[in-house]
Amino acid sequence: MSTTTRVRPPQTPAAPGTAEAAAPPGGPAGGGLSDPRLLVRALPVALRKLDPRTMAKAPVMFVVEVGSVVTTVLAVRHPGEWFGWVVTCWLWLTVLFANLAEAVAEGRGKAQADSLRRTRTESVARRLTEEGGEETVSGAALRVGDRVVCEAGDVIPGDGDVVEGVASVDESAITGESAPVIRESGGDRCAVTGGTSVLSDRIVVAITTRPGESFIDRMISLVEGAARRKTPNETALGILLASLTVVFLLAVVTLQPFARYAGAEQSLTVLTALLVCLIPTTIGALLSAIGIAGMDRLVRRNVLATSGRAVEAAGDVSTLLLDKTGTITFGDRRATAFVPVGGATEAALAEAAHLGSLADETPEGRSVVALAEERHGLRGSHEGGLKGAVWVPFTARTRMSGVDLEGQDGRLVRVRKGAASAVRAWVEQCAGGAGGARGAGDEVDRVVREVAEAGGTPLVVGVEDAHGARVLGVVHLKDVVKDGMRARFTELRGMGIRTVMITGDNPLTARAIAGEAGVDDFLAEATPEDKMAFIRREQSSGRLVAMTGDGTNDAPALAQADVGVAMNTGTSAAKEAANMVDLDSDPTKLIEIVAIGKQLLITRGALTTFSLANDVAKYFAIIPAMFATAYPGLDALNLMRLASPQSAILSAVIFNALIIVALVPLALRGVRYRPLSAAGMLRRNLAVYGAGGLVAPFVGIKLIDLLLSAIPGVN
Amino acid sequence: MSPILATALQLLALVGALALVHRPFGDYMAAVYTSPRHLRIERCLYRCVGVDPDARLRPAAYLRAVLAFSAAGVLLLYALQRLQDKLPLSLGFEAIDPDQAFNTAASFVSNTNWQSYAGESAMGHLVQLTGLAVQNFVSAAVGMAVAVAVVRGFVHRSARSREGAARAHEGAARSGELGNFWTDLVRGVVRILLPVAFVSALALVATGVVQNLAGAHEVHTLSGATQHIPGGPVASQEAIKELGTNGGGFFNANSAHPFENPSGLSDLLEVFLILVIPFSLTRTFGTMAGNVRQGYALLGAMGVLWLGAVLAVTASEFAHPGTAAQAAGGAMEGKEQRFGEGASALFAASTTMTSTGAVNAFHDSFTALGGGATLLGMMLGEIAPGGVGSGLYGMLVMAVVAVFLAGLMVGRTPEYLGKKIGTREITCAACSFLVTPALVLSGTALAMALPDGEEAMTNIGAHGFTEVLYAYTSAANNNGSAFAGLGADTPFFNTTLGLCMLLGRFLPMVFALALAGSLARRAPAPATAGTLRTEKPLFSGMLVGSVLIVTGLTFFPALALGPLAEGLS
Repeated sequence: MSTTTRVRPPQTPAAPGTAEAAAPPGGPAGGGLSDPRLLVRALPVALRKLDPRTMAKAPVMFVVEVGSVVTTVLAVRHPGEWFGWVVTCWLWLTVLFANLAEAVAEGRGKAQADSLRRTRTESVARRLTEEGGEETVSGAALRVGDRVVCEAGDVIPGDGDVVEGVASVDESAITGESAPVIRESGGDRCAVTGGTSVLSDRIVVAITTRPGESFIDRMISLVEGAARRKTPNETALGILLASLTVVFLLAVVTLQPFARYAGAEQSLTVLTALLVCLIPTTIGALLSAIGIAGMDRLVRRNVLATSGRAVEAAGDVSTLLLDKTGTITFGDRRATAFVPVGGATEAALAEAAHLGSLADETPEGRSVVALAEERHGLRGSHEGGLKGAVWVPFTARTRMSGVDLEGQDGRLVRVRKGAASAVRAWVEQCAGGAGGARGAGDEVDRVVREVAEAGGTPLVVGVEDAHGARVLGVVHLKDVVKDGMRARFTELRGMGIRTVMITGDNPLTARAIAGEAGVDDFLAEATPEDKMAFIRREQSSGRLVAMTGDGTNDAPALAQADVGVAMNTGTSAAKEAANMVDLDSDPTKLIEIVAIGKQLLITRGALTTFSLANDVAKYFAIIPAMFATAYPGLDALNLMRLASPQSAILSAVIFNALIIVALVPLALRGVRYRPLSAAGMLRRNLAVYGAGGLVAPFVGIKLIDLLLSAIPGVN
Repeated sequence: MSPILATALQLLALVGALALVHRPFGDYMAAVYTSPRHLRIERCLYRCVGVDPDARLRPAAYLRAVLAFSAAGVLLLYALQRLQDKLPLSLGFEAIDPDQAFNTAASFVSNTNWQSYAGESAMGHLVQLTGLAVQNFVSAAVGMAVAVAVVRGFVHRSARSREGAARAHEGAARSGELGNFWTDLVRGVVRILLPVAFVSALALVATGVVQNLAGAHEVHTLSGATQHIPGGPVASQEAIKELGTNGGGFFNANSAHPFENPSGLSDLLEVFLILVIPFSLTRTFGTMAGNVRQGYALLGAMGVLWLGAVLAVTASEFAHPGTAAQAAGGAMEGKEQRFGEGASALFAASTTMTSTGAVNAFHDSFTALGGGATLLGMMLGEIAPGGVGSGLYGMLVMAVVAVFLAGLMVGRTPEYLGKKIGTREITCAACSFLVTPALVLSGTALAMALPDGEEAMTNIGAHGFTEVLYAYTSAANNNGSAFAGLGADTPFFNTTLGLCMLLGRFLPMVFALALAGSLARRAPAPATAGTLRTEKPLFSGMLVGSVLIVTGLTFFPALALGPLAEGLS
């Protein structure tokens, strides 16, 4: 795994419950349904979508449109009948509501696309010529392989890799994050995105994409829905809905001969109304809005998915590969305990360690200072505050650091801390070999081993003063697991997702951290090849694997994984291989992505179930209305005691149209997702959307009927 | 003993017997279809016909074999009837008319056994024995073979396709193969249907069913009249008629005839035979899937639907509304005194829920709602427990639909037995369950729109409509029972019903095999806590709900104009 320098401290995982947690602040602009401007903007789009060529893509709503045309023709031929006009009007509204739902969903994406587009001003590039000179060309004229120079204040003209220099770059245009990031040539931080601007220094960028295909361009087309294709599951559901529509079409078409025999021939308007009420219009109308809104929810969390397919796959993931560093642990080792040996007190050890670490600016060193001050109340003294102190920096050769200073009695005091073997060798050397190292060697060995076995890093502290050279004890450094990770993994396990920790640590350390974090498995001393092999193995047993990565050496594994999320700080190769890019570069976001994928599928299933369950009540409204005159006994089916046949049919049609509007917010927001086991989730959703879908229309139709029958002339 | 208590005891005895038998019998059937060994007699048969019993067929090849075999059956049966007068053992009967011959051929090959003729006065022994009786066996065996092939596709464990299917699996598991139709067919007949039918025939004889090769006897009654008493190989026909969910009676009166069904005991035995294979096949499925609880989940769903139908018909018959029935103290019109309301209701519900179509009482004479319940039973698509074989694959198709409808609500791409239900699978499943409602509704609509429908009715009003609706429902779902009021031996009905039977039998087979073939190529994913558990009662409930709601929504208007209009008035 590559080393990652994170621009932003990784966020602590959000509270459970999650998929609906607030979007990161400062993300690309968006708007809710409540925004009336969006509705106004969506209206003309919705009207344009009435074009039958567009409608034909959604077979269920196409049938409604054809039905509307039929009733319109009938109403025109019999202009005196108010009933035909009212039914026609509501059928058209049904189609319009469906289009409006889709248009609003797209509109939210458009708002984001517009804000992105504003950042994509026509840039001017300073291209390096082969002779070494510079020429000014338009950004649109750049070709892959061109090298351009960018200095402070310049907008980077296209996606590419830094090949020379280092600079701080403002990427807020795409990430919404205002803190600048460092981009430098070589390594894993070389990728820059067109449209971002250089804040300081000078870099040379080799362009890697053609104009019009840059990251921002792709992002715009994604959020606008222009690149949207139906996902596999959406297609399959569409087929099921179409076949149900065929069933209902047959049921209604064949009804006329039956009705004629019963002496209750029906008008075409009534039959059309029945058909529209029966076919699954609710889900048919909202299906594409659900898909668009699902992508939109990802974008709001600053994740770009290259296809809806990947989002669906995220819901199916059963193995999650998480990097230890930065995802599960804070990423740097911290001192957690002082273990004195050979009769030294913990206070003495802490004091020595404190002294020895004052000059150490590494996170480890700072954590030793912090622990000593916190536990033993040692005053924080500055480096300069100690008289005659000579700081001994850490080198790879000595493998220890420390300080030489003048003690209270004027004698030289030397403190060293570092790798066990190095410090012990130093102590022995100071003791001159004659008296031997004071401080039992065996005890040190034991403590060092214990710390290592517990997954920590032992840091041995030695001192030479008036009492001679000796080892005072061991500082226990360890990888601290982030708060709440354990609970999160338990939650994931409940959802049937196995988490696997990937780490470069040795198996001993890895096992200890894995146990502490509560992951299901770990892959220690992982090379890119190991990761690849691991993913293949999981996949061959039928599991879907998700992982994050940022380095070029992650690219093959990212491509192999079913869901590969590249960090935006990562290399172009990683981003190219992945099917999602996280603009916040937050590896824990994988968990949220899974939740969003699941939520997308649940929303579809819930609305399908709701839509079908609704039909029961509609039958009980319409069938008695159609046939109670021929067979008075059928009035017993009029459970809702609707006022008149006309008002019964109208109420069903109106309910059918209004329920679409009522469910648009749910479709856009997604069904509330709770991390539950499959059975718990199913039971809950069946109760809410299955049973609810049975009951709700009985109430709704009755209410509409009450309102209608209050209008004079309806009965 | 009160009739209600007697009915309850019969039901209890029946359920107990089925519960006892279904496990060993289901496992036996699984062993039959998975064993690599051939019996000597089977080898002889394969050599005679010239098929390789060890070849493994892809779905398309399997389907071709099924269709070719069945087409040959239709042609042979048609020829036998048309040439009856020129062939021996005709008992002097005339050749059958073309439309009726087509209807009968379609009916027996499709396991429907709709009879527009009266057996004792139209068909000679040759047609009965070499035509109809043979089809009683092989049409049932075809159904079971297709069911087993479909199960193989569902449970097939191949390596993940991405990794190359050949890895770790050899021969049998090459992608998408569903077994060998010829061995499945022969084994179904030789190892399952023949032995069980033989034993059952003996048992039936013991209860008093006749079995001889005599023609009709002339008997002079005490009052001086002459009576014509037909004989024949009744018990042997009777056994396979029930066991193979065929339903075509030796006599026109079917199981209401005392020679076919003389006593309460023989009646219970016949109902048991009707139900034993369809219910036991769920165990076969569970065993082949390597998880018997998957089979129990289907069994649970089937059991609930079947029991619901039994209770609905029974309750409706015991309630016997209407002045005539109230005055008589029971809805006994069209029922046999020796069975009464309870045993008639149990038989009626079982025969309509299993695509058998044998009757021991006339559904036309049932109370309106009781008759409606038998109608609804067939409309459910003959899947609870359904015909031999066809019930299982029908239920598996519905399981795919149910998994897809509600399975999305667990937040994963729906999967059944670990296999993802994608576009291709849902297309096959949707087409499969579309076929029969389409045939029923369009057939009935055609009959009602033309004068033929009304001319054939013997009743008027809603009941007359129910007769026509029942005929098409029975034919398209391969049930074969008749509402008895309809004079259906007309060229129009013979032709349209014959087409309904053939299409209603073979189109769902085509789609079910296509579904199985496509699932066979999918690699199963291991179950996790996030997977919808299809072996749990919750899923059985979901399956029952999906079946009821899909059927109910499709047929509600038609039912409203038929039995509901009559029953609620």
